[in-house]
Amino acid sequence: MHKSIIAAAVVAAGFGSAVFADGHGITVGVSWSDFQEERWKTDEAAMLGAFDAAGANYLSADAQSSATKQLADVESLITQGVDALIILAQDGGSIGPALDAAEAAGIPVIGYDRLIEDPRAFYLTFDNVEVGRMQAAAVLNLVPEGNYVMIKGSPTDPNADFLRGGQQEILQAAIDSGAITIVGEAYTDGWQPSNAQRNMEQILTQTDNAVDAVVASNDGTAGGVVAALAGQGMDGIPVSGQDGDHAALNRVAQGTQTVSVWKDSRELGRNAGEIAVALAGGAALADISGAATFTSPGGVDVSSILLAPQPITIDNLNLVLDAGWIGKDVLCQGVTGVAVCE
Amino acid sequence: MANGLGKLIKTLQIDTRLLGMIGAFVAISLVFHIATGGTFLTPRNLFTLTLQTASVAVMATGMVFVIVTRNIDLSIGSLLGIVGMMMGILQVQILPELVGFGSPSIWIITVLFGIIVGAFIGGFQGWLIGYLAIPSFIVTLGGLLIWRGGAWWVSKGTTISPLDPSFVMLGGPTGTIGATASWGLAIIGSLLTIYFLMTARRNHLSHGFAVKPVWAEYALGAILVGGICGITAIMNAYLVPSRILERRFAADGLEMPEGYTEAYGFPISVLIMLAVAIVMTIIAKKTRFGRYVFAMGGNPEAAELSGLNTRFLTVKVFALMGALTAIAGVIASARLGSAGSSLGELDELRVIAAAVIGGTALAGGVGTIYGAILGAFIMQALVSGMGMVGVDAPLQNMIVGGVLILAVWVDIIYRRKTGDS
Repeated sequence: MHKSIIAAAVVAAGFGSAVFADGHGITVGVSWSDFQEERWKTDEAAMLGAFDAAGANYLSADAQSSATKQLADVESLITQGVDALIILAQDGGSIGPALDAAEAAGIPVIGYDRLIEDPRAFYLTFDNVEVGRMQAAAVLNLVPEGNYVMIKGSPTDPNADFLRGGQQEILQAAIDSGAITIVGEAYTDGWQPSNAQRNMEQILTQTDNAVDAVVASNDGTAGGVVAALAGQGMDGIPVSGQDGDHAALNRVAQGTQTVSVWKDSRELGRNAGEIAVALAGGAALADISGAATFTSPGGVDVSSILLAPQPITIDNLNLVLDAGWIGKDVLCQGVTGVAVCE
Repeated sequence: MANGLGKLIKTLQIDTRLLGMIGAFVAISLVFHIATGGTFLTPRNLFTLTLQTASVAVMATGMVFVIVTRNIDLSIGSLLGIVGMMMGILQVQILPELVGFGSPSIWIITVLFGIIVGAFIGGFQGWLIGYLAIPSFIVTLGGLLIWRGGAWWVSKGTTISPLDPSFVMLGGPTGTIGATASWGLAIIGSLLTIYFLMTARRNHLSHGFAVKPVWAEYALGAILVGGICGITAIMNAYLVPSRILERRFAADGLEMPEGYTEAYGFPISVLIMLAVAIVMTIIAKKTRFGRYVFAMGGNPEAAELSGLNTRFLTVKVFALMGALTAIAGVIASARLGSAGSSLGELDELRVIAAAVIGGTALAGGVGTIYGAILGAFIMQALVSGMGMVGVDAPLQNMIVGGVLILAVWVDIIYRRKTGDS
């Protein structure tokens, strides 16, 4: 959908591929926060696809989970002469100096996946509040009344509270009417499955197993929750998740997890690549097609595109198969009686 | 009264530090029991608590040797991660194709492989420390980064699951031995305890050493046997949830009889922990290797001058730590039913804290296996209890950190007062 802008940039440059009038090609720099996580490799491949299509070059740096290193990375990318920056912020609050440096060099910035609360950065992500809504909705659909447990994400990750907010929106009416009761709620330190398992075990003990459904904020924590439930023979009650982890999709097929809200990171990567090329070609942030204004929790208006996530349940597992996201052997390991696995 | 009690403890020759730690554990448990409205000290929660502690406790026994020899091992969390990941890949992606899906040899090969890899990596780090004289802090700090990165590299960040069903029994509530076998073990354990008390007394007498009065021996025996039976009774008091039983009967095509119940008994992971504790205690107290370890920790120069090969001893201590880390990795990944690249993160700190709370001195030469295990239980009781009460995660870390410092301070005062080394 952004092809028209890229085409305009290309035509303006007057060459067959995206090249500036002075002869140098477009270079996009990407600053990753923690490239060791598997999913970013998928994002990177999608970005590269978009860059190749536009004839743009790619430079990258990995901050290895350090906000300090990320600042140095961005400065280094600017020094290397990039024309646009994509920043996966380790810490949205401390990335300001990097934006100052980019602004001084006249380089447009895309805040990738994680919010940068600054109007100078374009915000591209999946709608995390919507993810939370989808998680709660999928569970509420199966358990309209009963006792709920909320297993939240890391207390230091703002996304954890976005998700929790979306979940609350869906559940609020049922809570007010007394149909459902939240009997346990816990943050998961570092999103670690083993912490989620321990918290869930303690909640089960505390409530004497009086739990009918669990809203877990991602697939890792859902894995810990299911392990804790299995210890009580309760695996099979509705549990939510997100990310489309292979292990989680296998659980969905087995029926121990209800939903994994899938954010196709290839979609995110492709969009980021195309927007970066367009911005490098001189487009203003607000002129990107499909851009809307997003008001951040801190009250800052930023230009943004929020992509819609896709809930994956046992009924639409074919989506992840058809997209080549997961192999049938992995998805269907130990699964019987599910249509897509036959 | 207090004096009389002191005399009694002295006559029984019970370690007062051990009593202090048990007292601390009981006090913490009681506070949480009241704060949770009476759910902390239930068989179910104590059962869960032992499951949650097993992995860290196994590593803490090895950490005692490492710290006693005036070294430190910061790499074990990452080592657990990479060994757990390699065992996961082996049993899920490689072995089923070689020996057939669901073959009982899968878990055996996997565990042996893990222990060998763990011992090898640990031994290699020990070689760097012992023979190349690189400080252990640096070697294992490097190891922390290298093996965590390695786990990511091997797995490309994915989570390996579901693990082999037999393997999973080594870590979770699915793997318990039942009530009858638990009582059988309790009886064997009690008989062995009595046997050891008797032979120890006979040995002391034959060498002309001072012995406790006979009534004290009986009292000590009664306390130990009572403890063994008490713990067994708790494990057996926790019944398998009826949902699991119903499912099991349904799988066999049967109807569950009315009022049918079944006790869990000891989990296999807890038995592994107990076995490790016993073996490590014997190594520490009864073998030449164990005596050398403590001799080297007490005074490395004197040990070397008297002909100990302290370099090779360092290699062996770290290889042992690596092997125990692999066993802990089996328990941790089996409990979760999956191996993710964050498995074992920050475990090195929990393990060091457990060993230190258990009275292991960072100055070297001093430390006990039972202390480290009790230390692990105290830490886990704090974390689990706060989780039940609903204390926020950041606050939990602050409290655990404070308790760690407090425990070591109390220990220092204790040593100063009693003149212990």
